[in-house]
Amino acid sequence: MPIPLLSVTSDALDVEAVVRRAEAEAGAGQHGAVAVFIGNVRGENLGRRVVELEYEAYEPLAINAFGIIAAEAGEAWPGVRIAMRHRVGRLAIGEASIVIAAAAAHRAEAFRACRYVIERVKQIAPIWKREIFDGGEAWVEGATADPSDAAARIAAYERACG
Amino acid sequence: MRITILVFAKLGDLVGAPRLVREVAAGSTIEDVWRALAGEFPAAAPYRAALSAAVNAGYTKFSTPVAEGDEVAFLPPVSGG
Repeated sequence: MPIPLLSVTSDALDVEAVVRRAEAEAGAGQHGAVAVFIGNVRGENLGRRVVELEYEAYEPLAINAFGIIAAEAGEAWPGVRIAMRHRVGRLAIGEASIVIAAAAAHRAEAFRACRYVIERVKQIAPIWKREIFDGGEAWVEGATADPSDAAARIAAYERACG
Repeated sequence: MRITILVFAKLGDLVGAPRLVREVAAGSTIEDVWRALAGEFPAAAPYRAALSAAVNAGYTKFSTPVAEGDEVAFLPPVSGG
């Protein structure tokens, strides 16, 4: 069974399944390019040895956020189709936390849209990670989630096109 | 009226539970719900400036009024990806 276009799961991520889902959304013969981003758990952060990460999501809002982000990417690069899947729960070092596939007619917009989507996920998706490191644990806090913040959206676009 | 409050990550740790059910006065806004929560859990109060809010799984502003049965969520700064 195909995975949903935009999803959150506690299962290990299957990169191929996300790629196939983006390709299916683009339609046979329509995607000359698919760019893929895989976010992995790193074993070191801020000079500390990371043991594992635990991700928590507000799932229904996360799916809404993914929809907002995919629509923004479609506005910026018409014709691009996004599939993404974020993992939650406890992840070991080296495991993938997110897979994004951007299918487009040509490579330029596929790469740009894929970069844009990960930047926006980091800005607004209601997902949090707790780092369990040697000697303690701490929630990681990044951006205050505000999908209507135009400056953040522009910053993500500029990173995508830089 | 009765609402459900969801809190996440560090905010969930400070409150001690991911989900609370509370009675709020008719005409309350999300800001009012937060004030009552911060009154109950003073350690959470300094979070206000960094928080986002959602109602029924849609992003919203703190000035939004809440209704009976709403699910109000307070979101600390995010760190997904």
